[in-house]
Amino acid sequence: MTQEDITTKNATIQPKDFASDQDVRWCPGCGDYSILKQTQTILAEIGIPRENIVFVSGIGCSSRFPYYLNTYGMHTIHGRAPAIATGIKLARPELSVWIITGDGDALSIGGNHLIHILRRNVNIPILLFNNEIYGLTKGQYSPTSKEGMVSKSTPYGSLDHPFNPVLLAMGAEATFVARTMDRDPAHLREILKAGHLHKGSAFIEIYQNCNVFNDGAFEIFTEKDTKPLYTLFLEEKQPLVFGKNREWGIRLDGYKPQIVSLQDSGFGLDDLWIHDSRDRYKAQILATFFDDPRKENALPRPFGIIYQSQRPCYEDLVYQQIENVKGKNTKSLKEIIFGTATWEVH
Amino acid sequence: MKTTTLKDDIVVLFAGDSGDGMQLIGELLGYTSALSGNDISTFPNYPAEIRAPQGTLHGVSGFQIRLADHYIFTPGDEADILVAMNPAALKTNVRKLKPGGVIILNINSFDKKNLALAGYEIDPVEELSKQFKVFPIEITKIIRDQGKDSGLGTKQIDRSKNMFALGLVLWLLNKTTEQTATFIKRKFSDKPELLQLNLKALEAGYNYGETAELIISRTNVEKASLPSGTYRSITGNQGLALGLITSAHLAGTQLFYASYPITPASDILHELSKHKQLNVLTFQAEDEIAAISAAIGASFAGSLGVTATSGPGMDLKSEALGLAVMLELPLVVCDIQRGGPSTGLPTKTEQSDLLFAMFGRHGEAPLPVLAVSRPADCFETAIEACRLAIEFMTPVILLSDAYIANALEPWKIPDIDKIHSIEKTVLQENERHFAPYRRNEKGAREWAVPGVPGKEHRIGGLEKEDLTGNISYDPENHQHMVLTRKKKIENIAQYIPLQKVDSGSESGKMAIVGWGSTYGSIKTACEQLRNEGVEVSHIHLRYLNPFPSNLLQLLNGFEKILIPELNTGQLAFLLESHLKKPVEKLNKVKGVPFTVKEIKDKVLSIIR
Ligand SMILES: Cc1ncc(C[n+]2csc(CCOP(=O)(O)OP(=O)(O)O)c2C)c(N)n1
Ligand code: SF4
Repeated sequence: MTQEDITTKNATIQPKDFASDQDVRWCPGCGDYSILKQTQTILAEIGIPRENIVFVSGIGCSSRFPYYLNTYGMHTIHGRAPAIATGIKLARPELSVWIITGDGDALSIGGNHLIHILRRNVNIPILLFNNEIYGLTKGQYSPTSKEGMVSKSTPYGSLDHPFNPVLLAMGAEATFVARTMDRDPAHLREILKAGHLHKGSAFIEIYQNCNVFNDGAFEIFTEKDTKPLYTLFLEEKQPLVFGKNREWGIRLDGYKPQIVSLQDSGFGLDDLWIHDSRDRYKAQILATFFDDPRKENALPRPFGIIYQSQRPCYEDLVYQQIENVKGKNTKSLKEIIFGTATWEVH
Repeated sequence: MKTTTLKDDIVVLFAGDSGDGMQLIGELLGYTSALSGNDISTFPNYPAEIRAPQGTLHGVSGFQIRLADHYIFTPGDEADILVAMNPAALKTNVRKLKPGGVIILNINSFDKKNLALAGYEIDPVEELSKQFKVFPIEITKIIRDQGKDSGLGTKQIDRSKNMFALGLVLWLLNKTTEQTATFIKRKFSDKPELLQLNLKALEAGYNYGETAELIISRTNVEKASLPSGTYRSITGNQGLALGLITSAHLAGTQLFYASYPITPASDILHELSKHKQLNVLTFQAEDEIAAISAAIGASFAGSLGVTATSGPGMDLKSEALGLAVMLELPLVVCDIQRGGPSTGLPTKTEQSDLLFAMFGRHGEAPLPVLAVSRPADCFETAIEACRLAIEFMTPVILLSDAYIANALEPWKIPDIDKIHSIEKTVLQENERHFAPYRRNEKGAREWAVPGVPGKEHRIGGLEKEDLTGNISYDPENHQHMVLTRKKKIENIAQYIPLQKVDSGSESGKMAIVGWGSTYGSIKTACEQLRNEGVEVSHIHLRYLNPFPSNLLQLLNGFEKILIPELNTGQLAFLLESHLKKPVEKLNKVKGVPFTVKEIKDKVLSIIR
């Protein structure tokens, strides 16, 4: 059975049907609430019966997520959700398996498992809640914290260069790479749904505000007055345009991205870079848009589906191989127990 | 003149450079002898380096094999015949040869350079000839002469030296080359030139024995009278692999085997990955943590999750083992012990992970621990481990070691139709809500796998409220759950067989208590001692946690307890804390098994 076989739509199921009987215990105002709500909404829209869904998480504030969904769920150990989810998906490919992880969980202690699930392309959406901080352990800097970040463990500023998670996923040859944010529910839902529909590992970085330990880390991208200027919302086959009045565009000068004014530079929409999420080379350039927004001429931060491609997913290959072997090797259990040479003792 | 003498057993030791193919001919002699009806016991002993510099002492690879006309349990303390392919092999192994024993040398390799590498200042042959029957043979030269028309290069031709040595040994043992040739044909079936070369070398060795004027008598070892049945030869790792597949079959589920390569456990992965047609899924993970994690995920989803590793890999699996204890899911972790700590002696045997298996997790995280005793025991013990894992919903550690993993032994093939099926826990639906931590009379919770409506539940590493499995920080509940998990494991003692005495009387002056791969040496030592009039019983433990319910009572029936272990006293530590009295210990951590003599000497020193 494959995952498609169980995606029989259940039209009557509601978002509230996906809420478990447990009290949600994140800090008031935490971005995790929005992600939970949007997930419950899209799960109802997708309509997979609850019993065929498994949410798997590691450890962290974000990783409490499975407890709040009325599906099957596993809250595991720090960083290992990709490995555990791979085991579930290999054993039961027909299940809809989801991973919930944080920036510390996925990129620090679990970095190894993350790159391996991506290269194998196990058919699982991976929701990385990036709050650029360790929330659960109360405020140490994380692998995505900006250089110079002052945190409990870096009173004089962090010296570590941060990961760009999207670029890391590209490097691991993920077949679906997207970025979205807690504060844009419609966009979040759209990306979650696209991630679910993608056949293969769907890496989704979600900017999530930790209002207790790292409040406002992404506000330049999420607040009304700055959002238009600093974000680039990607739309398939559309030119890269941003700004309050969509007055800026991005064109490619060779392989170098260049910001151009659509008002006075002489360039028009026709000259701009047209987003094609299936173009690996362009996607790799897009993934590098990671400038500090306060810097002069900083490229805007891309949101949306940066890259997607088709590559056989791991569990399909595993079962195809098993089927092929069955054609060639028909040895029964008894035959292999007897082996190649036996003798009788009377 | 050629004579044949009859012996009840004989020990052959092949030694050469790691590239000389000693393991292969050792195994071939094992298969051939087993097929001809001898009982066999083997001891492969490899160097840690894959390609140590040629001719050096630490590049020597050895394979000891004993064949007998009776049931045996050890590869023998000393060798009757030593085949040494170079001076280094001679130097490191000659001390294992009986006085008056036979040495076969490839004299072509005894040149200045190799002698120097082995640390011989003068050619040792003359001196050794005073104590042993030494046969220096120009093996390289003979092999090159006969291979010169084969169209193969000298390097390839030289590789068939081992087959010459095997042919000669077959002749010495009064066997034919027929069965060996069948194995060689299977091995080289897709390389016709090499096949011809190796067959010719085998025959040349055999014929050398026939025609050369060797002043030596051939030795005949008759068939052994093993219990009747159909036999095959098997290594410990093969036995485990077959036991695991059979367990999944008995439980009516998929075997999900995940592991990360490590000596000496990798062969289990190699073996299982061949049998995908039997509902076996193998997964080579990115590390040992991922391997055990994937196995836990698969178990959650309803497969039998299994992983195997050794030493350093066990360390990495600790955290996930604790998770499995908390989740109460079936999981089997095989630890093929090797010399430690750290990277230690990766190719050598040791029993030093027992206390780690017992206690190597943070928090109160008890789980069952079992150990295999010899290659022929691996199949059954693997099934026992899987049975406990599934029927009690718990992770189980199964201990084997490098010696058992690689040693070859005849195995009486069991009838799998007669083995009891493994029953998964299903609880009667008598409550409105499904409760994931409701238990049966064994203390096992239900294995509720995804896909069933109404049984959606969330489990995790946080302490859970009894019955519901919801997160709970309630102090009373935590204590209750810790004790519940502990009691579940302790109660397994009620469901495992009572401890029996392996040999000797049920009470008396002294019992030797062993576990794991010391089985053969202890058993043999006990038998010999009793034949010599020394009263001693042998008790061998398969179940190390919990102990069988009658164990302490049984042990208390003996005045003295001796515990030989290939560690510094781990089982002794456990038993002393239960028995509340000191035990005698015999400990060895040299990377090699006990000899029978070492155990006998210890017993005698205690008794006198
Ligand atoms: C092996 C291990 N080491 C450390 C911890 C402590 N720990 C728990 S969560 C966490 C970091 C969580 O950060 P992140 O993944 O960003 O999640 P967030 O809490 O911010 O959602 C750490 C270090 C642990 N639980 N296990
Ligand atoms: S600490 Fe931060 S991430 Fe964690 S729940 Fe509170 S606000 Fe959310």
